[in-house]
Amino acid sequence: MKVATLSIAQLRSAYAAGDLTPADALKSVAESIDSVDGDIGGYLSYDLDLALKDAESADLSLPLGGVPIAIKDLINVEGHPCSAASKILDGKYQSPYDATVIRKLREAGAIPFGRANMDEFAMGSSNENSGIKPCRNPHDLDRIPGGSSGGSAAVVAANTAVAALGTDTGGSIRQPASHCGVVGLKPTYGRVSRFGLVAFASSLDQCGPMTKTVEDAATLLQAISGACDRDSTCLKEEVPCYADAICKDIKGLKIGLPAEYFAEGLDPAVKVKVEAAIKQLESLGAEIHEVSLPNTEHAVATYYVIATAEASANLARFDGVRYGHRAEADGLIELYKKSRAEGFGDEVKRRIILGTYVLSSGYYDAYYTRAQKVRTLIRNDFQEAFSKVDVIASPVSPTPAFKMGEKCSDPLSMYLADIYTISANLAGICGISVPCGTVPANGKELPVGLQLLGKSFGEADILRAAHAYEVS
Amino acid sequence: MNVRDVANLARIELSDEEASRYQEQMDQILHYVEQLNQIDVEGIEPTAHAAAVFDIVREDVATGSSISQEAVLGNAPETAHDQIKMPKVVE
Repeated sequence: MKVATLSIAQLRSAYAAGDLTPADALKSVAESIDSVDGDIGGYLSYDLDLALKDAESADLSLPLGGVPIAIKDLINVEGHPCSAASKILDGKYQSPYDATVIRKLREAGAIPFGRANMDEFAMGSSNENSGIKPCRNPHDLDRIPGGSSGGSAAVVAANTAVAALGTDTGGSIRQPASHCGVVGLKPTYGRVSRFGLVAFASSLDQCGPMTKTVEDAATLLQAISGACDRDSTCLKEEVPCYADAICKDIKGLKIGLPAEYFAEGLDPAVKVKVEAAIKQLESLGAEIHEVSLPNTEHAVATYYVIATAEASANLARFDGVRYGHRAEADGLIELYKKSRAEGFGDEVKRRIILGTYVLSSGYYDAYYTRAQKVRTLIRNDFQEAFSKVDVIASPVSPTPAFKMGEKCSDPLSMYLADIYTISANLAGICGISVPCGTVPANGKELPVGLQLLGKSFGEADILRAAHAYEVS
Repeated sequence: MNVRDVANLARIELSDEEASRYQEQMDQILHYVEQLNQIDVEGIEPTAHAAAVFDIVREDVATGSSISQEAVLGNAPETAHDQIKMPKVVE
């Protein structure tokens, strides 16, 4: 049995039937990684010995008992490396503690296994910004897996992981999930603790599941959700039972279609698939309504001011002093400058510089404060739309996965590919990408994702709709 | 924006090649961002955080476990006398 081909639910059934042990499962996943991942590059590393030690005490009665989960390389797991796919940390940092999401996964019985590749510090939409090595789309090795959680999506799609954790600051769970044909859920801001995650843009970052099925996404979300003493932005909102939620049908569920998300720029073949999925939801009993999100066109500009501003502050900690790469230098300022110059890649440098600029004296109000005000308008658009509907349906990405190298030299064109995902982070709401078919390109079939956006703490609604669609 | 000046503020040394490449890319990105100036934001409050949560406080007592000195120093690039070693700051 190749364990990494299984979903969480299937693996749990295999355990329940006594067909295998967690140690067998881990060895099987490691074999799959060894035989397949060389061409894909979804993993940066894995540590079978550490995982086998965790497996010894695995309690199979727990919701994730003995289930190995691949972890995006910016989440701290005690005793494991954590590099955020950056040379500034690679080989120079080992986590001295577990992130809260890892503690919660362990409490649910899961075993963190493998460090998933990503764009350096989660900055990118193609995984081409990994400072360690490229990651490829398992459906077409000439194409990008999406980003920044490209490795997490690729390993689930390539059947080298049962499930994975990713993070999403502007679409970094949903977009790679869409491009790789897996399920990816970005929780509401405040649903999941971010303690122990390498911070990119703190008012936008969320951690969420990347899985083979919607049911698995519900199981994983259940395990990682809830308040945390060490992240004051993680809210004390009650966590509903997501397994119950997905059992319900969607008769009468109001689904909104924002005209702005189906306008110019959307690939016609992607549009056909997404519209077919929406028809399917309608045939299952959902009511379809038109809604408007008029500030959509400003989302990318707003995001790149706010996210870079926050990144420039968050990444100040990488200065060559307490951990990470330290350059040879003659004085303190030179040590900072050279360590950062040698450790950071192009996109990270660009974003720190842009963020420093928009926060600098004389420009702060013109860029940063203004972007925060436009952010309010974008939030208001969603509040207005969600006064009429329960869920908003749209494409995840305007095109299927593009070719490696296609957008590397033009950062702005890369940013614009995030147009349908970024607004959810600015508004703080939740969203899921669920596979809705494939489109042909150069003799290959490329996955397309349907995005379902929900209200704040409306994860049960989007899981229910996604599950109803998936099993229909 | 002068990329070299801002990079200096951000404490990142740039090569000449990087400075000229970033300058062109940054000008293009900033030009795109200018669209925000066209939007009427009169009377609109800025959003700093998506969830309006303020003043989360707890008792001022140590909770949970802290990370050992050994584990922390284990990640430091240079140490001496159980401390992180730095180049001389004051000449």
